[in-house]
Amino acid sequence: MSRSLTRGVLTKDEIAKMIADDIPQGAFVNLGIGQPTLVADHLDLERGVVLHTENGMLGMGRAAVGDEIDPDLVNAGKIPVVETPGASYFHHADSFAMMRGGHLDVCVLGAFQVSVRGDLANWHTGAEDAIPAVGGAMDLAIGAREVLVMMTLFSRDGSSKLVPECTYPLTGVACVSRVYTDHGVFEITDRGVRVREAFGATVDDLRQRTGLALLS
Amino acid sequence: MTDVLEGADAADRAVADIHDGATVLIGGFGTAGQPMELIDALRRRGATDLTVVNNNAGNGDTGLAALLATGRVRKIICSVPRQSDSWVFDDLYRSGRIELEVVPQGNLAERMRAAGAGIGAFFSPTGVGTPLAEGKEQRTIAGRDYLLEYPIRGDYALIKAHTADRMGNLVYRKTARNFGPVMATAATTTVAQVVDVVRTGALDPENVVTPSIYVDRVVLVPPEAAR
Repeated sequence: MSRSLTRGVLTKDEIAKMIADDIPQGAFVNLGIGQPTLVADHLDLERGVVLHTENGMLGMGRAAVGDEIDPDLVNAGKIPVVETPGASYFHHADSFAMMRGGHLDVCVLGAFQVSVRGDLANWHTGAEDAIPAVGGAMDLAIGAREVLVMMTLFSRDGSSKLVPECTYPLTGVACVSRVYTDHGVFEITDRGVRVREAFGATVDDLRQRTGLALLS
Repeated sequence: MTDVLEGADAADRAVADIHDGATVLIGGFGTAGQPMELIDALRRRGATDLTVVNNNAGNGDTGLAALLATGRVRKIICSVPRQSDSWVFDDLYRSGRIELEVVPQGNLAERMRAAGAGIGAFFSPTGVGTPLAEGKEQRTIAGRDYLLEYPIRGDYALIKAHTADRMGNLVYRKTARNFGPVMATAATTTVAQVVDVVRTGALDPENVVTPSIYVDRVVLVPPEAAR
């Protein structure tokens, strides 16, 4: 059921809160660098959600402040963080085995583009002078059991980032299950893209602006 | 037998045999776990035509970035070369003075793990259908697609741990562990800088992360001597 027009376009924080609310209790979760880190602010870590960081830690806590700052304790974005009770440390090969082996329940990633079949492009704009930097994005995209994307639906020039086919270089093939945006939440299904919720627009508006045959 | 080197020139002595053309695995994720004093010693050593394996391609103007700035690194293998503070690498790359192999972070770690574990190659699902799959053998196993990935072996590994005993057993500290334990297994000669060396038997065997068999040289860099 779409809540069309019942609320306006979402802010980044509202998108982050919506994702956090959808993450089940007890889940092991990896939050990608950038916008997805906002999801942590809305997760109740006391509720048993355990954050994984690719640089070798489960049970990552919030950003460190003041005396808590320790250069040996950072997140994937190299930001100092704190540990939560029950945290553990492990080396890089174990950390990525955890992803690749399907042990992580959820990861939340940013994206340049997501295709209607769930292809993800988030590591390279394809520009010739760009220095490619992939980090852990490809491992996460194919590793986590559920890959959620957090992004704005439209780029600055107004073009849709939910697309029939990605034009940017791919990070992973058919790996995204749900896309959270300022204008709506989209489920990638075998039958096509279904609009779970729309914000500040009707599903028809979104069909028109994205040029996609969205299911409602 | 592990050599434990102490004193002002310990880091220089530990890297004195690193030769031109060597492949050097360097630990660290950003600056966490980056063996600054060993990298500085390698820079002073002056070996050239090096291949460096690290997650990044240097931060700011110190450590790995300072080594790159000498122009003696021919090639870097890493997952994240571009960062907000990677200007040294950016300049070298844009002017064609360094070769870059970008490897997904998990494949980077696993390729070194494979080298250390005597695995000839392995199939990884990471990167299938992406530009990084180009030129790689692809195989479908039980309905899933994989790429053939080869080990990355080092002539030397320069890593940072927290505490060593005199035999070379290592424990690490928090997320500074990162690539250290994997790189220690993947190099012919592994050099670990530590902030503390304790007598053999003082580490709880249950808590040793890198067993001494993987460690050739320990360099004591006490916290007051570290930058």
